[in-house]
Amino acid sequence: MKAVVLGGTSGMGREVARQLVERGDAVCLLGRDVEELARSAADLEIHHPRREHGGYATCDLEHPEGFATALDRADAALGGFDTVIVTAAMFASQAALEADVELARRLVTVNFANTVVFCEHARALLLARGGGRLVVFSSVAGDRGRKPVAIYGASKAGLSAYLEALDHKFHAAGLAVTCVKPGFVRTEITAGLPPPPFAGEPRRVAAQVVRALDRRSPVVYVPRAWALVMLVIRWLPRFVMRRIEL
Amino acid sequence: MGHVVDTREAAPQIGPTRYGGEAMSSPNTLEGWGRISVPGREVLSSDLEKLTRGARLSRGLGRSYGDSSLPAFADDKIAGTRLADRILGFDPDTGVLRVEAGISLAELNRVFLPRGWFVPVSPGTKYVTVGGMVASDVHGKNHHRDGCFGAHVRQLRMRLASDDLVSCSPTEAPDLFYATIGGMGLLGHILQVELTMRRIASPWVLMESERVANIDEFLVGLDRAAAGSPMTMGWIDCLSRGRQLGRGLLMAGDWAPAEQAGATRPRAPIELSLPIVLPNWALNPWSARAFNALIFRTQLRRRVVRRVGPDPFFYPLDAILHWNRAYGSRGMTQYQCVIPRAAGAPAVRELLELLAELGCASPLCVIKDCGPQGKGMLSFPMEGTSVAVDIAASPDIQRVIDRLNEFVIAAGGRIYLTKDRFTRAEHFRAMEPRLEGFLAVREKWDPDHRLRSAQSVRLFGDRP
Repeated sequence: MKAVVLGGTSGMGREVARQLVERGDAVCLLGRDVEELARSAADLEIHHPRREHGGYATCDLEHPEGFATALDRADAALGGFDTVIVTAAMFASQAALEADVELARRLVTVNFANTVVFCEHARALLLARGGGRLVVFSSVAGDRGRKPVAIYGASKAGLSAYLEALDHKFHAAGLAVTCVKPGFVRTEITAGLPPPPFAGEPRRVAAQVVRALDRRSPVVYVPRAWALVMLVIRWLPRFVMRRIEL
Repeated sequence: MGHVVDTREAAPQIGPTRYGGEAMSSPNTLEGWGRISVPGREVLSSDLEKLTRGARLSRGLGRSYGDSSLPAFADDKIAGTRLADRILGFDPDTGVLRVEAGISLAELNRVFLPRGWFVPVSPGTKYVTVGGMVASDVHGKNHHRDGCFGAHVRQLRMRLASDDLVSCSPTEAPDLFYATIGGMGLLGHILQVELTMRRIASPWVLMESERVANIDEFLVGLDRAAAGSPMTMGWIDCLSRGRQLGRGLLMAGDWAPAEQAGATRPRAPIELSLPIVLPNWALNPWSARAFNALIFRTQLRRRVVRRVGPDPFFYPLDAILHWNRAYGSRGMTQYQCVIPRAAGAPAVRELLELLAELGCASPLCVIKDCGPQGKGMLSFPMEGTSVAVDIAASPDIQRVIDRLNEFVIAAGGRIYLTKDRFTRAEHFRAMEPRLEGFLAVREKWDPDHRLRSAQSVRLFGDRP
C-alpha cells in the first residue's frame, strides 16, 4: 500500500503512519511545519531503515490553494498512491469558540469546508486511477448536537455526512471511504481535558483504524465502546438533552 | 467511654499531598509507582516545546516510586512527555542516538536490540522514558563497570524555568548539565537526549545464578562476580534471620558471544497483568516469607548457568504489569540506600538486621555493589553496597523510614530520591553533603524555584 497521511506528524496520525510503515507500507507525511515533518520522517526511517519511504511535503488545511500541489508531490514521492488518510483537524473548547467568533469561523472552515476540498482532490486522483482508499477522521461529536461540542460537533457532523455520501456514490467505482469516529483518545487534542471512561490510547486506536482500512469499513468508532455510547446518546429525547451537560 | 487519644506519632502532612487510605487513579489525581496519589493532572502532548512552556514539572511514565514526578500543588501544570517519542537521529557507525525525551526504554529495546544495540545502562524496568532515566540518573547491573546512565549522555536539549530553550553537555553549560543528571527534573524540562548506545554481540545474555547462604557470603560473592562479570545483582530474603540472614540468589551475566547465541532471537516475553488491587492484608509477613522461601528453593542446584533473553534478565518484574497493586489500596514505597564501602560488611549486615527488626520488609530485596560516584550532582550511587526493599505504606511508615535514615546517616550512606516519599528534609541534608552545591546551581538557573515537585517541597522547602 502507498499512503498519504495528512496530519501524520502527531497524535493519531503519527501512530497510524508508524503502524503502516511497520507492516511494510510506504507512507508520505503531509503537515504544516516542515521541521516537524522532517523529524517525523526521520523517526520512521530510523525505525525501519531498509524500507521504502515516501518522505514528506507541506500541506496546511487552512490553505486550500496548496492542496493540489501537496498531493502531486506526495504522488511523485510514492510513485502513485492508492490510499489517502486525513487525521488533521482543529479542536477548541466550546467556551473558547463562543468567546471568539473568528476562531469559530476558522475551525468550521478547516474541519468542514477545507477538509471536504482536500478530500475532493484526493477522490478525483484516486478515481482516476481506478479507485483506492480514503480514510478521514471525523468525530463522535458529529453524531448528535450536544452542548459541550456545539460548534466543533457541527463541523464534524457535516464532514460525516459528506463521507457517508461519498461512500454511497463511489463505492461501486472502487473507492473505499472510511469515516473514523474517535471518542476520547489521549492525544494533544484532548490534553488537559479530564478523560472519561473508555478513553483510548493512540497506539491501540491506530491499530483499530488500520484494521478498518484493510476491511474497507465505511464507519468505525474508536475505541469501539463509543459505538454503544453514541447509540444511546443518539436516542436520548430532546427534553433530556436540554437538561444534561453531555 | 471517653474520647480515645491516638498516641502514635502522626506522620507529618506535607503540602497538599495525602497518603494511605485510598489510592485510586482518577482523572484528577496523579500517583507514582508506589500508588499514593496527590491531586493534580498532567497535560499530554507530543510537542514538548509547546507543552513545557509555563509547566512546573515534566513527568514521563510515572515509574518513580515516590513523589518526584508529582505536582507540588494541585494547580501546577505538569507536562506529560510520553507522547513525545520520536527517534531523531541514529548513527550506526558510532552508536550516537538522539531521541525525544518521552520515548520509552521498551520502545528503544524493540527497535535496537534486534540490530545489536542496547542502552549503555538499563534500570530494572523498561517502562521508563529516556527523560526520566536522565532525571533519575538511573544505574543498572553494570554500575561497577560503566557507571550511571548520565555518564553516557552527550547532550541535552532543555527548556529552562525562564522559558528559554538551551542545549547543555559536558562542555556547554556543564553546571546545568551535571545538575540535570540525577536532578529529578528540577533544573529544566528535558526535551531531547543524545546518548551513545552500546554494541552488543547478540541479543542473548549468559546468566549465572548462584544460591548464597547468608549476607557475608553475599558480599564476598558480589565482589568476586564484579571482577569477572560486567553485570551483577542479587535478590536477598530480608525476612530470614540468624545464620540465614541475607540468603538469596546472586546473579551475574554478560551478553552472549555471537557464536554461542545461535541464529534464534529471544521471544517477546509473556506479560501478565495484576488486574485488581489486592486487599491490604494479602501481602503480610507470612505470605512474604512464603514467597521468598519459594523463590529461594525454586533453584535446586547451587549454581545454574543459562542463556536468557534480555527481558527476564533485566526486567523480571515487568512480566507482571501493575505488580504494585499487590500492596493494596494503602500503596507502597521503596527504600533504597547505599552503604559506603568504608562502612564495610558489618554495616550492611546491621542494615538487614534493622530491616528484619522493623518487620516491614516485603519480598525480593535487591542488593548490588556500586562503583565510584558519577558526576551527576545529586546522582545516587557511591562506591559501596546498595540495598533496595519495598515497604507497604502502613500507618507507621514514617517511623520506619526515619529509623532507616538515621542508620544510613550514621553509616555515611545516602538514599535514592527516585524511590523516596517519606524522608525528612533534615535527614536528607545530613546524608547529602553535595546538596549545597546542587542548590546553588539550581539558584542560578531557576532563582524563583518555578520548577518544583511534591518532593522538592518536602526536601528543599519550595513554597508557592
